[in-house]
Amino acid sequence: MIWEVFRQERRGQPFEHAGSVVAPDAEFAEAWAREQYGRRGESVGLWLVPRDAIHDVEDWADEFDLKYRRVDGYSIKARLKEARERAATARAR
Amino acid sequence: MVAAVEIPRDEQAFLAYVQSGGQVEATDWMPDDYRAKLVKFIEMHGNSELMGVLPEREWILRAPTLQRKLALTAKVQDEVGHAQLIYRVVEDLGKPREQCLADLVDGRSKFHNVFHYPTKTWGDVGVIAWLVDAAAIISQKALLRCSYAPYARIMKKICWEESFHILHGRDVILAMVTGTPAQFELVQEALNRWWGPLMQFHGNPIPKDDDPMYVWRIKSQGNEEARQQFLEGYVPQIWELGLTVPDPKLRRSDDGVWEYTEPDWDELKHVVTGHGPKTEERLAFRRRFLDQEQWVRDALEAA
Amino acid sequence: MNAQLLLGLADDELVIGWRDSEWTGIAPMLEEDVAFSSIAQNEIGHARAVYELLTDDADTLAFDRPPDEYRCAPLVELHLLDWAHTIARRWLYEVADEIRITALMADVPVAAKINREEAYHRMHAEMWRVRLRGEPRFQEAVRELWPYALGVLEPGQRAELAARVGLDEVEAVERGTHDDSFTALHEEMTIVRRSAPAGAQW
Repeated sequence: MIWEVFRQERRGQPFEHAGSVVAPDAEFAEAWAREQYGRRGESVGLWLVPRDAIHDVEDWADEFDLKYRRVDGYSIKARLKEARERAATARAR
Repeated sequence: MVAAVEIPRDEQAFLAYVQSGGQVEATDWMPDDYRAKLVKFIEMHGNSELMGVLPEREWILRAPTLQRKLALTAKVQDEVGHAQLIYRVVEDLGKPREQCLADLVDGRSKFHNVFHYPTKTWGDVGVIAWLVDAAAIISQKALLRCSYAPYARIMKKICWEESFHILHGRDVILAMVTGTPAQFELVQEALNRWWGPLMQFHGNPIPKDDDPMYVWRIKSQGNEEARQQFLEGYVPQIWELGLTVPDPKLRRSDDGVWEYTEPDWDELKHVVTGHGPKTEERLAFRRRFLDQEQWVRDALEAA
Repeated sequence: MNAQLLLGLADDELVIGWRDSEWTGIAPMLEEDVAFSSIAQNEIGHARAVYELLTDDADTLAFDRPPDEYRCAPLVELHLLDWAHTIARRWLYEVADEIRITALMADVPVAAKINREEAYHRMHAEMWRVRLRGEPRFQEAVRELWPYALGVLEPGQRAELAARVGLDEVEAVERGTHDDSFTALHEEMTIVRRSAPAGAQW
């Protein structure tokens, strides 16, 4: 059985995919993943997941402009400059 | 935000894709030739990590202090761990580990030249950990940019783990070159024997655009480029310890290129095709235990 | 603090670490090669920690005695380069060692550290024992090594071992003699060290 290994480097960090081990059951998978991904004390946690249990998502529709949902959809420099200039002019009067 | 890149199902387009830095995953379409070259290349790497273990095994048992015993055990352990990671990548490309190991012990696949040679003294332990590992790490760093992403990813872990090997090797060497005259001689003598294989290690100076591995961006560096990097990095380190390199022609020219006696490329070919001094003995040793312990693997297969 | 007892413990760990290292490169699967290396490193580390209770220079104690001055139990010396016997030894040794180490914890602070690290060894040995318990060659190996396993412990601790292993106590192969293979082991273990004068740096 192939087990995907996710490891956590420090408490509070996300679990990240680190690789895979082949093992007949969870016990052997644990023993062998501990070795491969933790023998130097480089991980504080591991998640072992049978590859078959992983639900793969790879397709995305990207038809219309979705920039309004993201930071890069907004460019405020020009308008901010104009607003500041107007306010400065108004103060001067 | 760009949509998931669709890898073009056309060899020319795929070539353009990888040559412009495109990354390929295990489940992507890939040309048959790319897959075949990848498997062969990566498998040879796995074989090399594994075959590198046997020459060093003897010296774990003979290590002269507890600290050296621990360090050498850990270094060799890393190499087996690397073989494990590497064969896993090959397996996901379609060739099971059992098949790789069978091909290895039956002489149908290759491993790097340096692991076909004997180790004779503790001096070899230092030279291997310092210089052979250094030569390997130069190639491995270049592989961080491999077009095949699963391999590039494990190379990150491998390079990180190898960093202590070279330091350990240098420490072993330094202890001997500052020890007794006999210990200094052990290092020099080992270096004299290992220099030839080290110069051959990166392969003959085929221009990179003629090297299919480079064309497919499996390798991102030509053989001569790697060798020059090795010489540039390590010859000064060798000389500063008062050691000599057994090549009277070795020198750094004014434009920074290292000149050296042309290695014997026939010897390299002869060795990697299974005719090294220790090839048969080491493969037979592995084969013996592979056969002897088949029942253990069978016991794990059984539910 | 019984120095002879501690020397026996340290020598056991040194020698079983050496025997476990013989599997380097040839274990049934690469994963076990890596696991055995970790176990061997731990054992060498334990040997060193206990030698350091007895001397300033652990290396001298570890390497520079003649073979007949080592206090290791014959179990750890046996040359067992087949998996059934190797795992049988690992398991029997770990069960015995747990009894021994936990008994020392009250008087010897480092014993608690050793005990905590050994938890992994026990998990590993138990995992294999469960997997192989139906294999005749494994059962045979356990029976063969049983008298040797008893010899790891002081007589007063052997009943406990018998209870945990599930076998009746028999006559033990005692410490004090060495297996024939031990001289060869010691020879190889010290060959590099003996090539330089005493006190040479490595």
